[in-house]
Amino acid sequence: MIVKVQAEDFDAAAEIRTLIGGRTDVGAVVTFTGLMRGGEGATLTLEHYAGMSEKELTTIAEEAAHRWPLTDLLIIHRHGTLNPGDQIVLVATLAAHRGDAFAAAEFLMDWLKTRAPFWKKEEAGGKTPGEAKWVEARADDEKAAERWEEKE
Amino acid sequence: MQLLYFAWVRERIGTGEETLSLPGEVTTVGQLLDWLAARGEQYAAALDQRSHIRVAVNQTYVGTDHPVSDGDEVAIFPPVTGG
Repeated sequence: MIVKVQAEDFDAAAEIRTLIGGRTDVGAVVTFTGLMRGGEGATLTLEHYAGMSEKELTTIAEEAAHRWPLTDLLIIHRHGTLNPGDQIVLVATLAAHRGDAFAAAEFLMDWLKTRAPFWKKEEAGGKTPGEAKWVEARADDEKAAERWEEKE
Repeated sequence: MQLLYFAWVRERIGTGEETLSLPGEVTTVGQLLDWLAARGEQYAAALDQRSHIRVAVNQTYVGTDHPVSDGDEVAIFPPVTGG
């Protein structure tokens, strides 16, 4: 299990190769990469609670490993200032079969979005740059996370 | 007590962290929030919408009934928006 919180960018292909590590019992790898959307000049600043962010991501990863028969899994979440097109988050799940890998990856993202202590502040850029605004939590994300509660 | 503030809670209060000594009558998270909100306008502005406030004691999410004491690290922040 790999959990990393870092300012640097990541190479998803290299990370997944490392995670698989030559083992031959993996039949399915599901990955999700979250990117920053936005127009020219836009910026996104990700603040996090150093210490708790790593701890909470580890708790979420352990919960996924407990619920599905995974071979291994990985979460990388960046912090700091990002530009449109930049990678924000990487989740990868390895399993013998794709159903478990898909479900666990979706679970990881849903729980991460509502539990991991990160906050996004965005500045729209463009011709009339405005004040940077904190992104508001979305009710849809809460709903997406709640559906996993019933499966316990 | 070590207090940490994040995102707009940090901006409204005007600092990311501070150390405060709790008065004896403050023994729960809810009482701590009430006590902080009464410390001044900035604190009140940060903490007035309680439904938008999350609290972690020693890096674990807790509810308003959770006990607090001077040795704790208490973080106060808005709902998270990572991912």
